[in-house]
Amino acid sequence: MIRFCGDSGDGMQITGNQFTNTVALYGNDIATFPDYPAEIRAPAGTLPGVSGFQVHFSSHDVYTPGDSVDALIAMNPAALKTNLSDLKPNGILIVNLDDFGETDLRKAQMTSSPLEDHSLDAYRLFPVELTKLTRASLKDLGLDNKTVDRCKNFFALGMCYWLYNRSLDTSLRWIEDKFKSKPALAQANRTAMQAGYSYCEATEAFQVSYEIPPAKLAPGFYRNVSGNTALAMGFVAASQKAGIPLFLGSYPITPASDILHELSTYKNFGVVTFQAEDEIAAITSAIGAAYAGSLGITTTSGPGMALKTEALGLAVAVELPLVICDIQRGGPSTGLPTKTEQADLLQALFGRNSEAPIPVLAPATPGDCFWIALEASRIAIKYMVPVIILSDGYLANGAEPWKIPDVSQLPEIPVHFETNPVNFRPYRRNPETLARPWAIPGTPGLEHRIGGLEKQDVTGNINSEPLNHEKMVRLRAEKVAGIVQDIPDVVPAGDPSGDLVIVAWGSTHGAVTAALKAQREKGRRIGHVHLRHLNPLPKNLGEVLGRYDKVLVPEMNMGQLVMLLRAKYLVDAHAYNKIQGKPFKKSEIENKIEELLD
Amino acid sequence: MTTATLPVYTKKDFQTDQEIRWCPGCGDYAILSAVQSVFPELGIPREKFVVISGIGCSSRFPYYMNTFGFHTIHGRAPAVATGLKISRPDLEVWVVTGDGDSLSIGGNHTIHMLRRNVGLKVLMFNNRIYGLTKGQFSPTSEMGKKTKSTPFGSADRPFNPISLAIGAEATFVARSVDVFQQHLKETLKKAAAHKGSAYIEILQNCNIFNDHAWESLTEKDARSEHVVQLEHGKPLIYGKNRDKGIRLNGFDLEVVTLGNGITEKDLLVHDEQHPSPEYAFMLAHMEQRPGFPAPIGVLRSWEDVPCYEDVINSQIRDVTAKRSPGDLAKLLRAGDTWEVRA
Repeated sequence: MIRFCGDSGDGMQITGNQFTNTVALYGNDIATFPDYPAEIRAPAGTLPGVSGFQVHFSSHDVYTPGDSVDALIAMNPAALKTNLSDLKPNGILIVNLDDFGETDLRKAQMTSSPLEDHSLDAYRLFPVELTKLTRASLKDLGLDNKTVDRCKNFFALGMCYWLYNRSLDTSLRWIEDKFKSKPALAQANRTAMQAGYSYCEATEAFQVSYEIPPAKLAPGFYRNVSGNTALAMGFVAASQKAGIPLFLGSYPITPASDILHELSTYKNFGVVTFQAEDEIAAITSAIGAAYAGSLGITTTSGPGMALKTEALGLAVAVELPLVICDIQRGGPSTGLPTKTEQADLLQALFGRNSEAPIPVLAPATPGDCFWIALEASRIAIKYMVPVIILSDGYLANGAEPWKIPDVSQLPEIPVHFETNPVNFRPYRRNPETLARPWAIPGTPGLEHRIGGLEKQDVTGNINSEPLNHEKMVRLRAEKVAGIVQDIPDVVPAGDPSGDLVIVAWGSTHGAVTAALKAQREKGRRIGHVHLRHLNPLPKNLGEVLGRYDKVLVPEMNMGQLVMLLRAKYLVDAHAYNKIQGKPFKKSEIENKIEELLD
Repeated sequence: MTTATLPVYTKKDFQTDQEIRWCPGCGDYAILSAVQSVFPELGIPREKFVVISGIGCSSRFPYYMNTFGFHTIHGRAPAVATGLKISRPDLEVWVVTGDGDSLSIGGNHTIHMLRRNVGLKVLMFNNRIYGLTKGQFSPTSEMGKKTKSTPFGSADRPFNPISLAIGAEATFVARSVDVFQQHLKETLKKAAAHKGSAYIEILQNCNIFNDHAWESLTEKDARSEHVVQLEHGKPLIYGKNRDKGIRLNGFDLEVVTLGNGITEKDLLVHDEQHPSPEYAFMLAHMEQRPGFPAPIGVLRSWEDVPCYEDVINSQIRDVTAKRSPGDLAKLLRAGDTWEVRA
């Protein structure tokens, strides 16, 4: 496990991504955790400006970015101060000696230099004059110091490639492509990286270098994928399988904007991306597109989700297919825009006026985001209903190796547009799914009116009679509840019955899986149920919970799923909550398991 | 020609069997009647019409039109309609809204729809009051207006809707009056012929909560003295005896009486296609000035701007032609990949 950290202008995200791609292509299993500040450029060298990128790579299965790191690359005192507690004792610590002057220390609110006061004695410290060495290696290129200094992250990257015995090829290719139009910068970054690599070779600064053999993954073709990229590709796939155009209405918001960026490049798939004037126009334009017969989707995060609430109710009332992606972040209000949280579950389930049931899904891993996009689209279209996907900042930006699926094996998404005007009724339901017909404008003889006012059953005419209203409320609820017949039962990982079952959802999957494995190796009988469908809940869930003595529900919120489980199944489930803007560590889950079972 | 096979429609074909729930005497009836008369004349198949509304008295409109219709939520009709029009540029999409729906809660969507120039026809019923919520002041109510929510008079300065639309770079801005049936129908037809966003302010009387709001313009004896009807290429003349006119004096407009050496040749000739908006602004602001008439007709009709939906869809066509249609399998395997062998 390795973490790069520095100033938000130091290029740590790029460095981390480069390292990730290189080790993944080599065949290591990976998990990553980019951690960056909300400010684009906080004052240089200060504590709030620290940006980090953690990569866990291994020869065996990796489930999380890791609890503590084996190597830490800190570009300045502020980065060192905020990250040191996560470095293992005796871990490798590379610091940029050139940035440990008095001013740098003061900016990090340090009174003495940690390089001199023995506070780093527990680690293998390698102070390197990164700035000077980078400048020296690039002195012949005729670039200004500012440009040269911006290459020092590649010098550090080169050092890490030597340390972990990795080829520079992947990053060399990337530099070539990235700086195609700026050959001078390409040359500078290439030289800096090679210089970093040679520096280690020549100075024998590190006594050892590490060899981490490829992991044993299932056979197939792989690529790296982040949750947001996977979601974007999933929607393109859904649109292709459904044979209808994809329409994204979106307003930029962290950490969801990358989905908009990604989809805006897929115009040759017929994808329309509409950057709306606000969150409300984002969802209502998608509703308009769904009315027209497109696959309408909208992407946002918590504050935007709050703004979309009224329109979600409209989508429920007019019964049009729609997919809403909430890439959760810390809240309330603006909260922690770049940090992860799972606290929008109850908002997704209940955050609307009156009775407005909506199916809710949650991907478990970055790669699963692809499959959840397909599943959400399938449900939305089949049942003529808005569907919410709850991803989060950790899944959105985290990456993992993803086995590329065979297109022919993707699920079909049948679409039927009503065309028969004989006896057409806009709210006559399919007896099996309770879905109303999708009757799109432009179809002769199907002229009809829909809207947010309560409608009469079958005819769709506006109607405020008491019994009709109750019937319609119950029908909409029944339709969503009925989806339970169309989703798989849960199959617990680990022990099918035993002392404890961990029930989790979303991005906690990795930490729980790793903790489960470790604890079962210690002989404990534990199962893990990871819910991808949060509404409706799988039909065998109550029975499965009954097979274990105890139920543990770890969540990055104050206990939202646990409340639902306790209410619905009357089980004495234990909550375990972390609300720090950071994912669970494997050790934290393990400690909780031990606390409950010992 | 599609018109060759088009059924011959009458007004009746655009009426529904739904009971109309506006108050007796409401100006909305006249507007509904005008729209139902004009739609059959546009040479468009009925199933291609979509009427989209927000919330308010005016927004009940779709229920009474035998076309596709969508009664959405407060203020959001332009956004829903934008998503629809981008997805189906072949549809004829009309938005029906009011002064509260379009200029208060939906003000943001209104200006952004106009600057994008989405091909939507917008009928904004302006009765200068909130009717459905029973009589609060609206963003077009005059300052000092006493209403249920402003017993001591409203402190708000009103919007001038046509000025706002021109300021938002609207390519078609017009104004008509519920009771001027012939003028209203002609204006609707001109809007229908316009390619981009067409914004029509329709002065409408709410006889329950704001009766007589437009009386000075609509009352038979007064109307010709208080209204100037704009006609492209014709001088700005008005008055019972057609003896008054508007002429340019420096950078400003002035009202003149014909005679005493002043002839029609001295008057401003209406140019709705003028490329710069200043002229239309001056017209829009006339009625706020003492002694000036209120303009009705087309203030601005500017054809040089592409429709939003055309730009979006041609970009998709261009990129597709350049890159060839997307291949899903290739997309999934984009970037660096590696193979794990069994």
